This record gives sequence, C-alpha cells and structure tokens, in this order.
Amino acid sequence: MRAARFCESCGKVQPPAPVDYFSFFGLPPKLDLDVATLEKDFYELSRRLHPDLNAQAGSQEQEWSLEQSSLLNDAYRTLRDPIKRTQYLLRLEGVELEEQSKTATEQARATGEAKKQIVPPDLLEEVFELNMQLEELSMNKKMGENDASLTDEIKKHKDALESKNESLLKELQSYWKEWDASIERSPAASDARAETIRKMVDVLNRRNYIRNLVRDVNAALEE
Amino acid sequence: MAAENIVGIDLGTTNSLVAFMQGETPVVIPGDDGLNLVPSVVALDQNNQPVIGNSARKNLIETPERAVYSIKRLMGRGVEDIQEELKLFPFRLAEDLQTGEVLRIKLGDKTFTPPEISALILRQLKRNAERYFAGPVTKAVITVPAYFNDAQRQATKDAGRIAGLEVLRLVNEPTAASLAYGLDKKQNGIIAVYDLGGGTFDVSILKLHDGIFEVIATNGDTHLGGDDIDNLLITIALDDIRGDLNLDLRRNAEAVQAIRKAVIDAKISLSSQPSVKLDVELPGGKRYLREITREQYEQLIQPIIDRTVGPCKQALKDANLKPEQIDEVVLVGGSTRIPKVRALVKELFHREPHTDLNPDEVVALGAAVQANILGGGSEATQNMLLLDVTPLSLGIEVAGGVTDKIILRNSTIPASATQFYTTQVDGQANVAIHVLQGERELASDCRSLARFDLKGIPPMAAGIPRVEVKFLIDANGILHVSAREQRSGKEAEIQVQPSYGLTDEQVEGMILDSFDNAEEDFRRRQVIEARNEAATILAALEKGKKSAAWGQLTTDEKKQIAKMEKVLAAVNAEDDYQAIRKAIDALNQCTMRLAELMMDTAVSSALKGKNMDETDLGEGPTAPHPMAKAEFE
Repeated sequence: MRAARFCESCGKVQPPAPVDYFSFFGLPPKLDLDVATLEKDFYELSRRLHPDLNAQAGSQEQEWSLEQSSLLNDAYRTLRDPIKRTQYLLRLEGVELEEQSKTATEQARATGEAKKQIVPPDLLEEVFELNMQLEELSMNKKMGENDASLTDEIKKHKDALESKNESLLKELQSYWKEWDASIERSPAASDARAETIRKMVDVLNRRNYIRNLVRDVNAALEE
Repeated sequence: MAAENIVGIDLGTTNSLVAFMQGETPVVIPGDDGLNLVPSVVALDQNNQPVIGNSARKNLIETPERAVYSIKRLMGRGVEDIQEELKLFPFRLAEDLQTGEVLRIKLGDKTFTPPEISALILRQLKRNAERYFAGPVTKAVITVPAYFNDAQRQATKDAGRIAGLEVLRLVNEPTAASLAYGLDKKQNGIIAVYDLGGGTFDVSILKLHDGIFEVIATNGDTHLGGDDIDNLLITIALDDIRGDLNLDLRRNAEAVQAIRKAVIDAKISLSSQPSVKLDVELPGGKRYLREITREQYEQLIQPIIDRTVGPCKQALKDANLKPEQIDEVVLVGGSTRIPKVRALVKELFHREPHTDLNPDEVVALGAAVQANILGGGSEATQNMLLLDVTPLSLGIEVAGGVTDKIILRNSTIPASATQFYTTQVDGQANVAIHVLQGERELASDCRSLARFDLKGIPPMAAGIPRVEVKFLIDANGILHVSAREQRSGKEAEIQVQPSYGLTDEQVEGMILDSFDNAEEDFRRRQVIEARNEAATILAALEKGKKSAAWGQLTTDEKKQIAKMEKVLAAVNAEDDYQAIRKAIDALNQCTMRLAELMMDTAVSSALKGKNMDETDLGEGPTAPHPMAKAEFE
C-alpha cells in the first residue's frame, strides 16, 4: 500500500494517484472496519505525508505532500464515521444520496413548497403526536405561557426518536456484515448486493428523517 | 555555517513576542530594552519615522493622533464590519476610503493599511531577533487566533511579506500554546486550551497521542478580550466625569488615553488586590478619583467573560465530549490572570486549570517549537506533529442565496472538496462562483471570501461542460482554488476577486516601498549597534580606570587592557561590524577581573547603574557581555 505514496527506494512523497478512500488506506471496500486500526494508520501516514514534516523538501515534493495529506485527511474523516463511510461506499456503487436530497431541496425551493418528506410508516403515529405538541408549544410561547408537562412530553418523544436512531445504526451494521460477506464471496453476486444496497439506502433515509426531526425539536425547545 | 534560525512570532492584539528554539528549549528574544513583550503599538514621531513598542506608548499618550494600538482587530476586515470597533477604539480612518477598499488608518497625515501597521511591529521583532543572532532573519512562523477567517489569515500573511519575512506557517494560537505545554509533558490525553487575550478569544480541544497534537474542535470570538474590559471601564469613567465634574472628555483623545492607562493598571491590580483607587489628572487641573472593589469589578465584567461560555460549550459539543472527559485545561492570554475568569474555566471544565506557564509568553514559545519542526526538527521536537483544523465551514452560494457547505468546520487541514459545475446557456464561457465562510444557512449571513470567475470554458451546448473545481484549505487555513474542464481537459482560468484584502501587486508594492535596501539597511544597523556597544564599554572602562579597583590590577593586566582598547578604537572607525564585535569581546575578556573587583567594592552600584544605558549612553548594550553586569557609577 505504501508504493503508491512513497518512492520505494528513497521514501520520498510521490504525487497522489486517483484512488478511492478505501484503497488509499490499503483497505478492501468493506464497511465493518476497525476504527482503532484506522486511527493508527492515519497517525502513521500523517507522520510521513504532512506538509510540516516535508517543509524542507523541494517545492514539487511539498506540493505533493499537501495534496496527499489533504487526501489522507479527507479519507480518514469519511471512513471513521459510520454514516459517512456508508454514504461514501454507496456513492462508489453509483447511488447519489446527496444528489437526491439536493434535487428535492432545490425543487421545493423553486416551487416555494415545503420539501416533501416521506414519513417512515413505523413513525407515523409518533410524528403526528409530536407535531401537535410542537404546535402547542409555539402557541404557548406566543402567549407567554410555559407548560412544563408539555415540554416533558416533547422531551420524551425526542428521547424515543434518539433511541430509534440508535437501533437504526445497529440495523445498518447488520447490513454492513451482509455487504462485507458478499464482497468476500464473489464479486458477481449482484442481486444480493443490490438488495443490501437498497436496505442501507432505506436505513440512511429513515435516519436522516429522524435526525432532521430531532434538530427541529431541539430548536423549538431552545427558542 | 549553521542553518538560519526560523523564529516563532506571536503577533498579539496588545503585545507581540518573538521566540526561537535554543537547543532543546524555546526562549523569548528580548528587545533592546531588555523586555520580552513588545507592545503592539505603532506611532509616527515628528519626523514621520515609525516608533514601535514600549517607546511608542509615550507617543500614544502625548500624540494620540499619530499612534495606533489593537490594530489586530482590523486585520482582514471591511469598513462595514468595524462599525462597533470605531465606536470603542480611536481608529482614525482615511477620509477618502472607498467601499470595498482595504481599510486605511491615519497616523498624523500619512495613511497605512492594517497589514502595513502589523508589518511595522513584525519588522521590530525581526530586528530584535537579528540583533540577538547577529545575522539576518528571513523566515518565521506567525500565530493567529484559531477563529481567524481566511481574510484575517491572508492579511497576517501579507503583513509578514511586507515586513520581509517568509511566513512558513500560520499556527493557531491555542494550538501553539499546547505545543509549548506538551514539550515537557509527553503524555497522552485530552486537553482544552482556553485563550483569552487582549482582543480575541479561542477555545481548542486537542487529543495528545504520542507526540501528535490532534485538534478535535475549536471555537471562539475574534472580537472578545481584555480590550473589551478596558473599554467598559473607560466608558464608566467618562460617564462619571461627565456626571460629577460636568466635563465631557469623550472627544479629548489625550485625556481618554490617560484614563485608559489608569483603568488598565487598575484592572491588573484587581487580579491581586481586593480594591483599587483610580486617580487620574484631568485637563483643567481637576482629578478623577474613584475606588473600585473587586466585587464591583467582577460584577461589571461578568457579561464580558460570560461570552466565552457559548464557544466553550459548542467546542465540547463538536468534539462530542463531556467536561469530565477533559484531562487538563491550559490557560493562555493575559486576561486569564483575572481570578473570575479562572473560576469560570474551572466551572466549565470541572477542573482546576493549569497556571504554571506564563500566559503572555506561551504562544510565542509554541510558535518557536513549530518553527523548529518546520526547520527539520531536533531531539526535543522529534515525533511532534500538529494536526490542526479549520475553524469555520467553507461553503458556496447556490440557487436562492443559500450556503452549500463543502468543507465542514473542525475538519483536519489540509482538507479539500471537489465540486462540479456546468453551464446554463449554449456556448457560455464563464461561470461565477461565490465562496463563503461561516456556519449560517443564508449566504448573506456568512463571510464572503471571494468571487471566482471560471473563464475560458470551451463553447459547448448548455449543461455539457463539466468543470471540476477543487477547493483546498492548506495547513495555514488558507483557501486555494483550482479548476479544470473535464470534457476538454482544459485548465479553466480563475480570476479571483478577494472580498477583503490586498492584491498580490499591492503587497509587492508595499514590500518595495520599505525594503528596497533591506540588506544594506541590516548591515548599517548592525554597524550602528556595534558602535553603540563599543561606546558603552569604552565609557565604562574610563570610569573603571578612575575607580579604586584599577589599582588592584597587575601591570600586565593593565597593558593588555590598553592594547585591546586601542584595537577597539581602531576598528570602531571602520564599517565592519563583525570586527567591532570581535574587539568588544576581546576587551570584555581582559576586563573581566576589573569588573569583578569593582563588583566587590561597589555592591549597590548595580542598581544605580541600571539608568546608565538610558541616560548618557544611548542605546546600551546589544548583546550580553560580562562588563554589562558590573555597571559603574
């Protein structure tokens, strides 16, 4: 894995080759990775690639060091986070999660409508109740009233949502294992893979929905 | 010949310092007045020559219209975002200032941009270091508040260039402090650095891991510091004076400066005294008298120091840490001497903060450590590496005036992001990109960094070109942009219009203005300083010959001294500063016993002698030498 970044004979920094973040760390495109090992590799590579430690080198080498080091930082930032890592892998597989969301946002803005959010079915009831309470809260605020029991109710919903998010992460991790196994088995098992990808996209969307909701609740409580 | 020393510079709002690694220890280089701190005050004397540091403080009181302080507050800012500053600080802007132009400040009838004023301070520090090393200094690491944005960083770098310094790296102040702190405590753990200086506040949370200093989160306020406390106290004093003495001094610059000095002294005393008496002489022979107790003072400043709470909590939140998980808290900046501030820090991080490092010097010492690392390292800095972050998110304006964040705050730098652009009209050759910095949703609420025009896109149908734009934040926290049209492989030309700041040509012009003869200037200055030093030692020797100790020397010793005195007198007439210094050293050597004997006979003279340099002998010794210690009277 070194050869791509350092000269084999002199050990100097080389120009970056266009590689994906997994390959940069010499890893297969698997999701269930050991973050502690990743951190160790990140520190070790930083010690060789960082511009501070190549400040005495020639200007070409310094430029490569800057590029390599930014690539290293970008890769580490993406891979160490379970959600970003999954999103990144999905993008490598041709799924444009962010594009979908961006297009939806832009469409909503252009038409002046609220962005359509599909409420995950298992949350319908919860979200309905929460929205009612949030409305009541904002009414109370306008009237200058303070209903402690209402705030408590909302906080309870928030806690429930957050623990839901926790379990979604666990669910996602189970799909990681499916994905990693499919990589090991054979690269051709495309049907099973497509199904795993679909499930991961679904979990990420649900998670995203909840995260936005929690953010709104926090904002309403802090106001 | 040894490699040139790379210095570390703390360019502060109130004070600036220069330091370097002496062997395995970072040390501050004192100025010719023997003091480590160079006040960040610049004045013009009656001949329009710049005066910097301690000597300029007198000018600040006597000719306030020809002096400026706290210029760091104006670095990288436009006229529209300093309206608050203008109410509180006596900055006099040039009258012909155009909107969008870099600020210009009046000193007497001349005008200077903030980077030029900062450059004068940097040049003073550079001179101090050159005197110390007796050789040129051209490379430096300069510290900036962690929360400085791109424009403020760029302005600092420009100041370095104008001062004739190659700025090898801009380092964030709290991070630099952690380097100095971590040098002798090679341990692992999480540390928080709380840095409340003269004009800026930063908080950084770092993970120390076998010599790697990894910043996890940083936050701050680039307009919060001891200055704000001073301004509050000045306002109260002026109100008092108006109420009690019916005297409106708000437009009397000299009186305001006298009050400012008095409240700063009071502020410092109140860190150790339970109460302090203000006594200021006012124009017209009246006096302003007032007693302030520590309790009153703490109540007054509470709202100011409370403004540090939000950034600390946000940094903890961004780092995903609870206060209990912080292993150590380090205090940096003069304002952390205030007991109330210390109490607040303790409350925030549930931990007694470290106070064993001098909060005024630790940033400069850390900058020296970083300078050493960049210079190839030494035994002390082996294995040390700083991984810093960008304090603010980088974004691009998209449809609807919204900020699309492409590099999030607290990303380890260097960091990059790639965006793809296309055209909306057939044959369109240009695409405009607006780059922003900040956390807010709307582009208008973020800091505008620059507008880029991508030019020379090959003519194609709308939506066909695919222009790849790469944004890269380097290790200084400064943005670089490059672009390439992917279908044709052609490099797209980027025209940058920085929203604030000097163009390259402007900076070049400023360098040429003041440094046409940099090398000759350096040599001439060295000669003058060596001659001054020679004059000092020769005068001291004259006095020594009249003292009782002279009689105690052997004939040989006297002969040797006479010989060396002649040598020094001879080379002193020529322009070779190195020869003069050699002769000084030789004379020093053979007068060492004379100095010792005189020390024995006149114990108290050391104290009296302190004035000697200032009164009759001009500049005084420029390098440590044995005679200097004895001091004659």
